[in-house]
Amino acid sequence: MSSSRISIRKEQRPPKLIDEEGRRVDGRRPDELRPVKIEVGVLKNADGSAYIELGRNKIIAAVYGPKELHPKHLALPDRAVLYCRYHMVPFSVMERKSPAPSRREIELSKVIREALEPALFLEYFPRTEIDLFIEVLQADGGTRTAGITAASVALADAGIPMRDLVAAIAVGKVEGQIVLDLCDIEDKYGEGDMPVAMMPSLGQITLLQADGVYTPEEVKKALELAKKGIMKIYEVQREALKKKYIELKKEVEEEYGKK
Amino acid sequence: MVLYFSQREIVVPGQLLAKGPYKPGNNVFNVGQNIYSTVVGLAELKNNTINVIPLKRTYVPSPGDLVIGKIINVGVTSWQVDIASPYTAILQASDAFLKPIDVTKEDLRKYFDVGDYIIAKVLTFDRTRDPLLTVKEAGCGRIDKGVVVEINPSKVPRIIGRKGSMISLIKSKLNVEIVVGKNGRIWVYSKNPKAEEFTVRIIKKIEREAHISGLTNRIKKMLEEVRLSE
Amino acid sequence: MARSEEIISSLDRSKIISLLRKGIRLDERRLTEVRPITVETGVIQKAEGSAIVKLGNTISIAGVKAEIGTPFSDTPNEGVLIVNAEFLPLASPSFEPGPPDENAIEVARVIDRGIRSSQAISLEDLAIIPGKRVWVIYVDVYVLNHDGNMIDCSSLATIAALLNAKVPKVKVVGENNVEVLDEWVPLPVRDRPVSVTIAKINDTLIVDPSLEEEKIMDCRLTLTVNEKGQICAIQKGIGGSLTLDEIYKAIDIAEEVAKGIRDALPPLPDLKDVVWVVKEEAKEKLESEAEDSGG
Repeated sequence: MSSSRISIRKEQRPPKLIDEEGRRVDGRRPDELRPVKIEVGVLKNADGSAYIELGRNKIIAAVYGPKELHPKHLALPDRAVLYCRYHMVPFSVMERKSPAPSRREIELSKVIREALEPALFLEYFPRTEIDLFIEVLQADGGTRTAGITAASVALADAGIPMRDLVAAIAVGKVEGQIVLDLCDIEDKYGEGDMPVAMMPSLGQITLLQADGVYTPEEVKKALELAKKGIMKIYEVQREALKKKYIELKKEVEEEYGKK
Repeated sequence: MVLYFSQREIVVPGQLLAKGPYKPGNNVFNVGQNIYSTVVGLAELKNNTINVIPLKRTYVPSPGDLVIGKIINVGVTSWQVDIASPYTAILQASDAFLKPIDVTKEDLRKYFDVGDYIIAKVLTFDRTRDPLLTVKEAGCGRIDKGVVVEINPSKVPRIIGRKGSMISLIKSKLNVEIVVGKNGRIWVYSKNPKAEEFTVRIIKKIEREAHISGLTNRIKKMLEEVRLSE
Repeated sequence: MARSEEIISSLDRSKIISLLRKGIRLDERRLTEVRPITVETGVIQKAEGSAIVKLGNTISIAGVKAEIGTPFSDTPNEGVLIVNAEFLPLASPSFEPGPPDENAIEVARVIDRGIRSSQAISLEDLAIIPGKRVWVIYVDVYVLNHDGNMIDCSSLATIAALLNAKVPKVKVVGENNVEVLDEWVPLPVRDRPVSVTIAKINDTLIVDPSLEEEKIMDCRLTLTVNEKGQICAIQKGIGGSLTLDEIYKAIDIAEEVAKGIRDALPPLPDLKDVVWVVKEEAKEKLESEAEDSGG
C-alpha cells in the first residue's frame, strides 16, 4: 500500500526567523536556551535511566550494565564495550517515521557513543558490555545533544564510574546570526547546525559536528556560545542527580522526626 | 590545601572535591593535585584520604568474598553460576565435594540444578578469566529453605554494620539466620515466617536509607516496636 | 544457555505457588486484582494522539499518526488502521534491539483484532474519496518498562491514544483533490475494547500477571471485552493448555474485571453531528438554494 503523503499539519517557513528586535520564532533571544528539565531513575528495570525535556523534545535514556558480553569473541580483554542505540519512535515527528533504523539513526548512534566513551572508566570492567539506549519520544531539534545529556545522567545513575558528566547543546547559524539551542524550524530553515558535547570540569569536547558555512570567527563565537549553554545544562544534570538523594533524606528525617 | 565539600555531602561525577596533597581513595580520580569524584555518592575525608561512598555499585568479585549465586547451567564437570556480577562464575566439581566424585558416573544435576541458590566463596578472579567458586568451606552449599533478597552491593556494608553490629542486632532480636553475600544477595531463614518477612522488610529499609545518617537508631527502634506472634 | 534473569530460582517458584494456594500473590494482590493503572493522554504534541499507561511498573506509550493515503484494494470505502508494537531494548535486560519479534507482533495483532472486531473505529467514516483517498491511521505502541502483562498495558495505551486523537476535517474539491481544513475533530471512536490477560499457574487462574508470575505460568489467555460486555478477541498464549471449565471461568473473570479497567480510560468522544469529510456539493446546493430564495 502506498500513500502519497499529504501533510495534514501545515508548516510553513516563517517570514522571518529572527525579527527586528532580535527575537526568534519562539520568542527567545539568540543566546537563550529552551526550558529544560531532567528526571533521574524513571525506569525500574534499567540499571540507570533519565528523562529529559528540552523545549518540546522528550527523550528517555536507559543503561544496562556493565554486563556479560555475548558473543564472547566480540569482548575486549582490557575494557568494557559501550554499545549505543539512538532511535526515534514513529510518532516523534510530524510525518510518521518508519520504525526501522535509518542511516541517520545509525550515524547518530555512533557519534553519541564516541561522545560518551571518553567520560567512562571502561577499563574498570574488561570483557563486559554497557548498553545505552536513547529513545526519542518527541523531536524538536537538537535530539542528539539532548540524548547525550540524558545518557550521561543515566550512566551516572547506573553507578558507572565517570571522569565527568557530558553535557551537550546544539548551536547554529540563523539569518547570519549565531544562535544557541536550535529548535526544529531553525534547524530546517536556518543556515547551519553545530551540535557540541563537552566534559565541562575537564574542558574537553567530545562531540563536534557542523553543517552549513562558517568563518573561523563564527566557529569561535559558536563554540563560546555553546560552552555557555553547556554550563547551564551541566547544572541541571547535577541537580537532577542529587535531587533523589536529597528528597529521600528529607523524607526519612521527617518520618523519623514524626515518631 | 582546599576542600570543596562538607563531610558526607552528596557529590556527582566530575565534581571537584579538593586541591592539594590529599590521598585519592575510593571512587575518585586525580588530575595533578585536583581530586574529582567518579560516581554519585557521599564524599568524606578520612585521615588524609578522600573517598566517595557510592549510592550504586556493580559487584566485581574478589578472592575470598562470600557470595550467593544462582545456578544457570550444568555441564559435565562444572556449573555456571550467576553471582549478580557482569562476570559469570564457574564452580568446578573438584571444588564442590570433599570426597572426589566420578563425573563420568554421576550427573552433577543431582547436587545442584539450574535455578538453585548456593552459598559459595570466590577462589580466584583476575579479570582475564571467569571467577572460580568453591563450596567446600563451612557454611557453603545449596540453599533449600528461607528466602533470598537482592540489594545493591553498595549497601552491603550497612547491612553488616561496623564490626558486624547491625547484623548481630537483627539476628538476636528476631531469631533469624542471615547470610550476607558480598554481591548483594542475602539469605534469610527463620522457622517463624513472620520473622522472615520482617527481616526482609528491615533489609529493604536499610537498602533505601543506607546513606542517611541515624540509620542504626531507626533500625533499633523498628526492632523494639515489632511484635511477632508465631 | 538462557539469560540469568529469565531463570527463576526453584526457591522463588515454590514460594509463589504456595502463596497462590492460600489465595495471595507475591505482591499481596488477590487472584483477580489488577495492578494500579494510570493513564495520561496528550503527552506527545507532534502526534495526532498519544497516551502513556502505567500498569503497575509496566509502562507503554502509544502515538497516533494520521496521513491521507490510498485504501486497501479490497476495502475501497474504508480508512486504514495499522497497529505496530515494539518492545524497546531499554524496557528489559532480555530485550534485544531489532525488528519486532514474534511476541511484539502478537501483541500488535491482538490489539488490532480487538479494535476491528468491536468496530471501535468506524473506518467507513474515514473514507475521503472512495477508492482513491482515505485516512490512514497508524498507532505505534512502545513498551518502555516490562514488569509483566505487556499486552494489557499496550492495549490500554492504544485505546487511550485513539481516544485522545484528533484529525483535521477535509474537503473534497472536484474529483481528486483533498483540501485539509483548519478544524480538528476526534477520530470516530465508538467503543473502548479492554483486554484482560489471565495466567494459569498450576491450577490457579490469576489476572494481570507480574513479571515473576509470567516466568512460571503454564498458560496464558487474553480476552478482549467491549463496552457491551461482549468478547471481541481471544488469544491463548505460550504453551500449556486449558480445560473448558478453566476457559469459562476465565471469561467470567474477564467480564468482571474489564469494567474496572475501562474506568481508567478517557470517555468516548461526543460524535453527534461530527463530519470528517466536507463535501463541496453541499456548498453548491446551499448556494443554489440561496439564489432561489432571492438572497
